[in-house]
Amino acid sequence: MGLVILCVIWLITLASTYFFVAKTWWLPAGASAATAAIDHQFAVTFVLMGIIFVAAQLGLGLFVWRYRGEASSTRADYSHGNFKLEIIWTTLTAILFVGLNLLGSPIWAAERFRPAENGATRVEVTGMQFAWYFRYPGPDGKFGIARPELEDPSAGGEAALGLDPADPASKDDVVTGIMEVPVGREVEVILRAHDVIHSFFVPAMRFKQDAVPGLAIHMHFTPTETGNFEIACAELCGLGHYKMHGMLKVVSQDEFDKWLAAREAEKQ
Amino acid sequence: MVAQESHQHAAPQGFIRKYVFSLDHKVIGLQYYFLALTAVFVGMFLSLLMRIHLVWPAAALPLLGVIKPETYLSLVTMHGTIMVFFVLTTAPQGGFGNYFLPIQIGAPDMAFPVLNMLSFWTTFVAYVVMLAAFFVVGGAPLHGWTGYAPMSALQSSGPGEGLGADLWITSIAIFCIASLMGALNFITTTLDMRAKGMSMFRMPLTCWSWFITAILGLLAFGVLLSAGILLLMDRNLGTSFFLPLGTINGQLTGHKGGSPLLWQHLFWFFGHPEVYIAILPGMGVASQVLSTFSRKPIFGYKAMVYAMLSIGLLGFMVWGHHMFMSGMSPYSAFAFSVMTMAIGVPSAIKTFNWLGTLHKGRIRFHSPMLFAIGFVSLFVSGGLSGPFLAQPALDIPLHDTAFVPAHFHLIMGVAAIFGIFAATYYWFPKMFGRMMNERLARIHFFLTLIGTYCVFMPMHYLGLAGQPRRYSQLTELAYLHPLMGLNTFMTYAAIVTAAAQLIFLFNLLWSMFKGPKASDNPWEATTLEWTTATPPPHDNFAGRTPVVNNGPYEYSVPGAPRDYVMQTDPAAVAAH
Repeated sequence: MGLVILCVIWLITLASTYFFVAKTWWLPAGASAATAAIDHQFAVTFVLMGIIFVAAQLGLGLFVWRYRGEASSTRADYSHGNFKLEIIWTTLTAILFVGLNLLGSPIWAAERFRPAENGATRVEVTGMQFAWYFRYPGPDGKFGIARPELEDPSAGGEAALGLDPADPASKDDVVTGIMEVPVGREVEVILRAHDVIHSFFVPAMRFKQDAVPGLAIHMHFTPTETGNFEIACAELCGLGHYKMHGMLKVVSQDEFDKWLAAREAEKQ
Repeated sequence: MVAQESHQHAAPQGFIRKYVFSLDHKVIGLQYYFLALTAVFVGMFLSLLMRIHLVWPAAALPLLGVIKPETYLSLVTMHGTIMVFFVLTTAPQGGFGNYFLPIQIGAPDMAFPVLNMLSFWTTFVAYVVMLAAFFVVGGAPLHGWTGYAPMSALQSSGPGEGLGADLWITSIAIFCIASLMGALNFITTTLDMRAKGMSMFRMPLTCWSWFITAILGLLAFGVLLSAGILLLMDRNLGTSFFLPLGTINGQLTGHKGGSPLLWQHLFWFFGHPEVYIAILPGMGVASQVLSTFSRKPIFGYKAMVYAMLSIGLLGFMVWGHHMFMSGMSPYSAFAFSVMTMAIGVPSAIKTFNWLGTLHKGRIRFHSPMLFAIGFVSLFVSGGLSGPFLAQPALDIPLHDTAFVPAHFHLIMGVAAIFGIFAATYYWFPKMFGRMMNERLARIHFFLTLIGTYCVFMPMHYLGLAGQPRRYSQLTELAYLHPLMGLNTFMTYAAIVTAAAQLIFLFNLLWSMFKGPKASDNPWEATTLEWTTATPPPHDNFAGRTPVVNNGPYEYSVPGAPRDYVMQTDPAAVAAH
């Protein structure tokens, strides 16, 4: 029985580890400035936890087989523990876990502790059951007033966001269903939600942040590659949660300027 | 000891007083256990429906037809709620804790038998109210077991958010009251009812785990109860604790000024300790069983106690790690993160000590031991994904993906269930006077161990690849399409694992009536429950009060006549 348990635990361990090491399924390819640091921290954590995982499971299997009752006719070792060992492994694990934490802290700080740079592309992202809307401030650089009582999701576009036509600043605001941004420049995201909590998740940008009714959350990310990247909703928001997706289009600065100018022209 | 005198109540004769409204902690323990047993099969059935729908979304199921997106989310909500409250909180603590805490400390009953009866029947009412949510108009709520506001606080946020959601939160509030009563009883019993010689540091680790779990329950369930009442008021009385100015589908909700994040803070202030409420008793049982079947004293008894105490203490300081992406202050993430990583330390101590217990033991592979070994393996596997999620920077890709359910299912789901299985196989002979079938138990063990690993290890891979949680279909996002094969494999594994539980159910029910008779101490164990008759008499020790002379795990004492010294035997070793 000891040998059977050893085999089963070792097989489970090796199979599990194989698919991690072979990266059969892995983080999606990143296309943002944050990717390198986050993926590196993930890799460091993965290697350390992986070593402990393999060592502990192999050790467990080995002990179970090695100290099976049939193996010896003498009594078990009479021991209540070893104080020195307790101190050693308490200290080592404390250093490991707290150290790992400190190692990852600067990455979090870089993502969350500073506001977006001056000159970042500003996009307001609004989640509602079950769509994402994107708003650009237009030539005046100001987001106009949006009023909850004016929201009309069935009409889509500006009406869905409840833009107040009486406010001059809202006249030139551009509202779209896909998010287009230029490559290589920071994007300032202002996250809002109308109804329930949604979460703006762009796996390729290593970006995730909940959009919470009542809050305007300012975030930033910098796309480093052009292309189309899927946006998912990551916070349960109702029966259409699974189909609340969108598209992030990262294009060259020229292409973006042309696209935005065309959208703004449509407003005139 | 004065307290004990007042609990000498005579054995009741009528069926109702003996088996239904019983004051006997053993009967109440079994009532809790069987309630959890029905709940675990309901919860498992719901999870099967979810897995089947995920990979065959168009399949028409018998009676249910094609599962709609809202039905899928009702399954998500009810699976989580039933499993967390009515299985993982109910079976280890209400079930085994009730049955064995008084016996293991040498008491004739719990400190407050009437309160004990009330707490079970209150739990039962909560269970009925929870199940009723399936059968009302709109069905069960969609908002998940975490019930995030505003979704849970607005009747109009989806089907199931009407009466179903009211029943859901009412049930949870009732459950909180029951758990508070239970927690008081456990704490008082542990502190006041111990037999002569049963000092705190002679208690089996199971008693320590139930004691600490009760303290966590006392501090945590009160907060959830308050939050639940506030939520009910937001839903029905027009208050706005959790509701800011907002709309649903363009209609103003009529609320303003509340904070959705307040619900998350209150919920997780309960929710994180709840994780330890589910797993601590499993740790206690694993320690008890590993020591018994390794024929060795537990390695580092006091370190184990201090580790559990520090897990309990730290467990109240880490709730914010569920909220790194929620919009709360990013600065607080530092504190929550480092505290969470710190929980890794006592968890690692426990793992090392379990391995230390096996080291140079003489292991007997009875069924409880198999599940205790499985518990250690799963605890390691589920525990080591924690340090990923504890780092806010890594939550950016991983939060709310399948990586999270993979992590908590392995540790607070499967590991805790393995603790319940180990406890069932270990104490079944004492509870029912008969032995369970070992061959069936072994088949059950290997199928369940391999099966659950096949379900939950791949779930980590899905999370890495970015598959979000709580999606009723995986067809909408193109980057999820390559994950379908892996998802299908997991569904097959889940079906096999679920089928294996029928072997357990059969073994349990069959052995209750047909199993071979058990002796008083079939495992040659040391703690007090093995000194009394099988099954124990009404007052546990047939009128005598045990006197404790030894620590709980005196196995293989050199020079002793047998390889185990029971706690009531004459002192075998000098105090250490």
